[in-house]
Amino acid sequence: MAPNGLGTKEFWAAVLEGRSGLGPVTHFAADGFPVRTVGEVFADDTLPGVDPRLAVQTDRWSQFALLATEEALADAGVRPQEFSPYDLAVITASSSGGNAFGQREIAALWSKGPRHVGPYQSIAWFYAATTGQLSIRHGMKGPCGVSVAEQAGGLDAIAQARRALLHGDAALVLTGGTEAPLSPYALACQTASGRLSRSADPERAYLPFDAAAHGHVPGEGGAILVLEDEEGARARGVEAPYGEIAGHGATFDPAPGTPGASSSGALSRAVRLALADAGVRPEEVDVVFADAAGTPELDRAEADSLSEVFGPFGVPVTAPKARYGRLYAGGAPLDVVTALLSLQEQVIPPTGPGTVADAGYGVDLVAEPRAARLRTALVIARGHGGFNSALVVRSLTQ
Amino acid sequence: MTPRKAVVTGIGVMAPGGVGTKAFWQLLTDGRTATRAISHFDASAFRSRIAAECDFDPAAAGLTPEEILRMDRAAQFVVVAAREALADSGAPADQVEPHRIGVSIGSAVGSTTMLEQQYVQVSDRGGNWVVDASNVYPHLYGALVPSTLAAEVAWTAGAQGPVRMGSTGCTSGLDSVAQGAQLIEDGLADVVLAGATDAPISPITVACFDAIRATSPNNEDPEHASRPFDRDRDGFVLGEGAAVLVLEDEESARRRGARIYCEVAGYAQRSNAFHMTGLRPDGKELAEAVRVALDRARLPADAVDYVNAHGSGTRQNDKHETAAVKVSLGDHAHRVPMSSIKSMVGHSLGAIGALEVAACALAIDRNTIPPTANLHHTDPELGLDYVPLTAREQRTDTVLSVGSGFGGFQTAMVLTAPGKGTYRG
Repeated sequence: MAPNGLGTKEFWAAVLEGRSGLGPVTHFAADGFPVRTVGEVFADDTLPGVDPRLAVQTDRWSQFALLATEEALADAGVRPQEFSPYDLAVITASSSGGNAFGQREIAALWSKGPRHVGPYQSIAWFYAATTGQLSIRHGMKGPCGVSVAEQAGGLDAIAQARRALLHGDAALVLTGGTEAPLSPYALACQTASGRLSRSADPERAYLPFDAAAHGHVPGEGGAILVLEDEEGARARGVEAPYGEIAGHGATFDPAPGTPGASSSGALSRAVRLALADAGVRPEEVDVVFADAAGTPELDRAEADSLSEVFGPFGVPVTAPKARYGRLYAGGAPLDVVTALLSLQEQVIPPTGPGTVADAGYGVDLVAEPRAARLRTALVIARGHGGFNSALVVRSLTQ
Repeated sequence: MTPRKAVVTGIGVMAPGGVGTKAFWQLLTDGRTATRAISHFDASAFRSRIAAECDFDPAAAGLTPEEILRMDRAAQFVVVAAREALADSGAPADQVEPHRIGVSIGSAVGSTTMLEQQYVQVSDRGGNWVVDASNVYPHLYGALVPSTLAAEVAWTAGAQGPVRMGSTGCTSGLDSVAQGAQLIEDGLADVVLAGATDAPISPITVACFDAIRATSPNNEDPEHASRPFDRDRDGFVLGEGAAVLVLEDEESARRRGARIYCEVAGYAQRSNAFHMTGLRPDGKELAEAVRVALDRARLPADAVDYVNAHGSGTRQNDKHETAAVKVSLGDHAHRVPMSSIKSMVGHSLGAIGALEVAACALAIDRNTIPPTANLHHTDPELGLDYVPLTAREQRTDTVLSVGSGFGGFQTAMVLTAPGKGTYRG
């Protein structure tokens, strides 16, 4: 579920073309907001295709996940009832929970009184709502989890899902993450981060690694993946898995003010840990899906880290999110989807027209679709406060 | 190579009834309750007007004015608890490479109090859907994203290893300790600060539990309102607090001569896939979590010396949980003492699981089982030994702690005395 494409097929086409999903805020009158450009999935408040009984008790963010899950299960050819329920797990990421739902209820509380708060506030706003609803809807009784480490949480959730499979705690995990951070109060909260672009021009609002970078554009949506134990997947007749989650690494930046320590160093460690976990040497990585924060300081740290591990201009780097925004917990799972499709199609999708990497960064930023022999991709996600997460995705065909 | 194992070497607690681990354990073993009329805000318009509140002065607890401005109450709790835990453990953080220090924190509702307070400002008390975004509180983004809570702990501990932040509702505490133990077992860290925090005593949280009548309306008698397993129980009493444990790799903890409270011997999560708030009376999925946790600890059901209950005091929970214990422990369920500390410190949502693990670690260390306070008339439908009113001194080598939460999540954890209890066959 992405601002520039609904459904995997449309999203992939948009990403390859560099089609933008960015535009002005249409959910509400945002004239007074210091952010002018966002990545919306639907203009509407109600999402088509969500069971009405569920729609009344879920926030938009959970609905994105419910819809994405329908597509993922159909794509995988999985009928959950054919599994033992305890073998099915749900591990998702969220960064800000049920924003619009929560704002409606809290408005009712403060403007009308406690008796006007509805019964679903207790289950719709909290960060675990999506995992709970997916578990119930699909009869999944295995280990459930929720990672809430901002943008890094999306990769942490997938890593946790992989661990459950490797340890035999599950045979199949629904994983990934979604986010719906564009309701008025949630967007207002984000303006305090100092990292949002104020540009009203969708073509110039989010320019990671560009000399003109001045913040990111927030977007909504995300992705859900079906992760399975390889042997089990093959046994049930899966012939061409998209790829494998081959390695993960996570580190944390030194506390602000720590002498001599750098945030690029912590990120490099996360990357090296992920490569080591996957048994991959840096020169074997064919493409990097960057975190692409879009602020000069954070872009510099990420670029330094990539140069340190891969050498300057040592690996193609891309950031398709420049065309649809940062989706927080939904962002990294969408990057993993893009990485898997890149491996399948043997083409690196572009960062998009308009972004020109500052040569001083030493980053080989992919500006046009680039055909290449792709076997191994690295996805990077960094969470507000200092979280670094890196995931290696590998093709299962030679 | 023997598998790596996580042991608890430090405890930090922020709980109702007194700041710090010592006050916490005293309250529990005295069987006193810390539930009272809500004082954090004017609750007169609410159905449930009682809670277990922390008497917490952030400045006295050592937080700087800048930290106090920056942090929501939940963050303040967890940072203070983390500092106590580090000090209690003999501060191994100073001797360990920062890259090998990890963090695993949980919270059900994050920085909800700051989010609500600031919302009231920018919305003109809920009057404006389009809030005023021209001049928001500078730390508001940190309140929107719960990751801030783990980040604050990482900063205070100087951690640069893996930092996890989880949120599985009311099982967040147990799940975060389990994830912290995993970081040790997987060799990703040698020291992990693991725990959970919640400060949910604010109007929106009280209102949302009012709306589903989950909390006790016994406003006339707050001290006796939290009555798990009692025939007259009428809902849970909201609480707040935090607990952080220092988890270490067993071998390095022994090498440095650390005091070891207990080992994290096994844990498992299962879900009921039934209802976001409803529980089936058979407790089947929780029983399955207990079975798997014991299996991983390589312990038979009759090795359990004490069951630290979820015991929220709702009609359905206590029935569900009792059934799960009967199914998973068999006949032994009728012999093993089982108690709920929520009778004394309330139900602090995600935090309580970590507080309960802290209580279990202390129970093992002191060979004392905290009671279920306010339990004057055990519900005859339940029928286990719920340790009414008075703490019990008895050998406690193996403890089972269970948790159950909205979303249908069920978690079980087994903790054992150092070097005892675990069958290493």
